[in-house]
Amino acid sequence: MTSALGAARLVALRDLRLAFRKPSQVIQPLMFFMIVATLFPLTLTPEMSRLRDAAPGVLWIGALLSSLLALEFLFRDDAVDGTLEQFALSGQSLTWMLFAKTCTHWLLTGLPLALSAPIAAAALGVSVDAMGGVVASLALGSFAMSLIGAISAGLTLGARRGGVLLSLLTLPLAVPILIFGARATQLAISGGDIAPPMYLLGAIAVLGVTLAPLAAAAAVRIGLE
Amino acid sequence: MLTVHGVHLWRGDRHVLRGVSFEGTAGKCVLLTGKNGAGKTTLIRAIAGLLDPEEGQVFWRGTPARERRNEFHAELAYLGHEPPLKGDLSPRENLKYSIGIRRAVTAAEIDAALARTGASAFADRAVRMLSAGQKRRVALAGVLLANAVLWLLDEPTTNLDADGQQLVRDLIAEQLGRSGLVVAAVHHSLPLPAEQLVSLDLGQS
Repeated sequence: MTSALGAARLVALRDLRLAFRKPSQVIQPLMFFMIVATLFPLTLTPEMSRLRDAAPGVLWIGALLSSLLALEFLFRDDAVDGTLEQFALSGQSLTWMLFAKTCTHWLLTGLPLALSAPIAAAALGVSVDAMGGVVASLALGSFAMSLIGAISAGLTLGARRGGVLLSLLTLPLAVPILIFGARATQLAISGGDIAPPMYLLGAIAVLGVTLAPLAAAAAVRIGLE
Repeated sequence: MLTVHGVHLWRGDRHVLRGVSFEGTAGKCVLLTGKNGAGKTTLIRAIAGLLDPEEGQVFWRGTPARERRNEFHAELAYLGHEPPLKGDLSPRENLKYSIGIRRAVTAAEIDAALARTGASAFADRAVRMLSAGQKRRVALAGVLLANAVLWLLDEPTTNLDADGQQLVRDLIAEQLGRSGLVVAAVHHSLPLPAEQLVSLDLGQS
């Protein structure tokens, strides 16, 4: 019998292969983020100092909404085509398999978003020196968001208007990530020490790694009924 | 081997399963018949553990299946209405991943299973390009590869032509010959020896 880690590895490899065959689900949230973040300067002011002040909020709201868009795809296709049922009946740990799916989902959506953030940040007048902090905070924050969102995605599997419900369930849970993430970005831009909010983001991510896969597996089992 | 005892299940306000009980032993095929909506799919999903009965229990090898869920699932292969295949992967790739999470599977084993179900000719084509019957054949190859003792088949001949329907009958006979157990929801009886058949009519919807 395949080990739990071996099964999780295969789930991740399968999702990566599918993403490369059908990249639209990966590209759409990224494009959404870029468009939102780059449209803001057109509606605000040409003053770089004011744009810089607004940058943390713009980047994080864009990232949050983009994450919600991407979360819709996390389990939906697998639920529709019966793959999730087969996961649940494989004799393997559903928790590990869903954790692998969530990590792969972040690799395909959250990480590209964080890596492309400097382009959007530059449009908002953020200096090159601050880009490391911007990328790091968005990478960690989007990972925590993927983990928390996996629970909501599992809970809304059977819902008809799942997208709206998913947002309503995820947004309140994502507020701490938004607060600490935006603070870390703000400190990075102003040249401050980003460690304190990053530690808090890290703590949320650790909590997510510990609890979210278990909760997501329970939610998916309910959703499959 | 498999004991379903007094299973009651509601779907919304409909009392779909009303105290269903039966036993399945090695080398037997339990045929679930009944009109559309009689609860055949619901019963199969309840046996698999995808639905929780409000009353009653499913026992596997004398133990409640829920108590040893992973061990039970490792011994079962489930084929529902929809073949669990990814449209952007080929049949070969689909089986590599879906069976791979259960057990180590070689390319030769996958090829042999695809050949057995008549799916070799389209083994490398994207599944979304296949007909419903061809997808069914690939899904049947997955059931074969699972090496499971218990097969739960929901309308296994759906979308299959006459050859495909005969293939399903042959595969079930082979599974019974290996001392396996098959529970199948069907509209028409299968031409199996009477001593191998257990029929359960779930009646009207």
